[in-house]
Amino acid sequence: MKKTIITVLGKDSVGIIAKVCTYLANNKINILDINQTITGGYFNMMMIVESDEVHKTFPVMASELEQIGEEIGVRIQAQHEEIFEMMHRI
Amino acid sequence: MLNINEVIETNKMIHEMNLDVRTITMGISLLDCAGDSLEEVCENIYNKITSKAKNLVKVGKEIETEFGIPIVNKRISVTPIALVGGRCCKEASDFVRIARELDRCAREVGVNFIGGYSALVSKGMTKADMLLMQSIPEALACTQRVCSSVNVGSTKTGINMDAVKMIGEIILETAEKTKEKDGIGNAKFVVFTNAPDDNPFMAGAFHGVTEADCVINVGVSGPGVVKRAIEQVRGENFETLCETIKKTAFKVTRVGQLVAQEASKRLDVPFGIIDLSLAPTPAIGDSVGEILEEIGLEYAGAPGTTAALALLNDQVKKGGVMASSYVGGLSGAFIPVSEDQRMIDAVEAGALTLEKLEAMTCVCSVGLDMIAVPGDTKATTISGIIADEMALGMVNQKTTAVRIIPVIGKKVGDTVEFGGLLGYAPIMPVNPFRCDAFINRGGRIPAPIHSFKN
Repeated sequence: MKKTIITVLGKDSVGIIAKVCTYLANNKINILDINQTITGGYFNMMMIVESDEVHKTFPVMASELEQIGEEIGVRIQAQHEEIFEMMHRI
Repeated sequence: MLNINEVIETNKMIHEMNLDVRTITMGISLLDCAGDSLEEVCENIYNKITSKAKNLVKVGKEIETEFGIPIVNKRISVTPIALVGGRCCKEASDFVRIARELDRCAREVGVNFIGGYSALVSKGMTKADMLLMQSIPEALACTQRVCSSVNVGSTKTGINMDAVKMIGEIILETAEKTKEKDGIGNAKFVVFTNAPDDNPFMAGAFHGVTEADCVINVGVSGPGVVKRAIEQVRGENFETLCETIKKTAFKVTRVGQLVAQEASKRLDVPFGIIDLSLAPTPAIGDSVGEILEEIGLEYAGAPGTTAALALLNDQVKKGGVMASSYVGGLSGAFIPVSEDQRMIDAVEAGALTLEKLEAMTCVCSVGLDMIAVPGDTKATTISGIIADEMALGMVNQKTTAVRIIPVIGKKVGDTVEFGGLLGYAPIMPVNPFRCDAFINRGGRIPAPIHSFKN
């Protein structure tokens, strides 16, 4: 699996990180880095993740994460790392 | 390692500022589809397009999901059909049969437009070119997805005024044939001078004869991103303004480059070019008119507009060129009227006229684009407008184009609704003075002196 960036954006509440991490652990996806910040009252989190054993395809993982986001009222998005690398690194 | 602010910035561009890749266009050569019988040619075309572009839409969607960037259109451009059908088409209706075949292919592979129902007649017309041009009104009326273009001039050859005259008549006939749908046929027809072989944007896309068998060209966009970036430097001097536009254009183009590379790899088709264009849509916050206002104009069309557009276009190119290995196509800011809400507002406020738009096209791609005019405009007047625009392109060694839409039964003050990405347009007044004697002279305008560079 390519390095993937997971972003969470929404109102801060208890257990957001726990929910996402549980999902990742259940799917044997390793977290390389976590960062979070609150801007304008909104909770922003970014995770860089990677996995050696992929059980699910990228679209399946992305849509399951999106669903978890909907359940807890935040937007969760998974994207390949390259889009950010391309835009911000020369 | 990436930092969170960079990630937030990219996603904000996508979610709040309408950053997208406007089109992945697959160029397919149909030169090897030529043959003696019409049926054989149609079959060859069908087989080639549906096999080459089989996975185009699927791969486009995969890239969208994996990178989280919308790819608005997946399209196809083909070899100018006048070249492909030259041998087998004996009359105009034979070319219409090919147009229907192209439409069927587009539906089958799920692309919204297929471009290349075209003729290249910058110096002269073959019999096939003539027949194709005569068939354009019917072809555009009986198909949904086929786009047509004719190149009538170039810096090297001058302007084919016989073709310009003919096209005035063709445009009116197309308006008449599609009058039930407010003349939408002409929204799918462009007349060019210096037409590029690798333009991915419709309606003028075709796959030039200098191209490989199959290529992927990508058109990036992002007026909303530029607008938001320059909001941050309101009141600052031109140096700061230009730096900001340039940096933003770089970032936007990098996304296009990534999408192009991925599409090329996954489809196993070589990458052609990135077209760096600011292509607006009717959506709020996705407008070139809005950028011009943010630069400091009350409306697009106010004094200063041409200068503002010139700097915008130049900075977009300077930023974009470094972001991609191959830049081509039209590459510049588009200034269509109907597809850009703030341009529509400028016309309705009386700030923007046809003449000002003509001046603006001297400094940007592409030309008079999506201009609705009264249905009773004379064919020679339309030819005159085209000739002016072609002369700008010829002398300035740039691409210029005209996509003008006479709407039967409508007059200045009315509006016309095209729907979707094409938006709506106010009917614009046209200079009422005649140019019949000029258009009726016939023949060619010679190439300008500065084209003799050898």
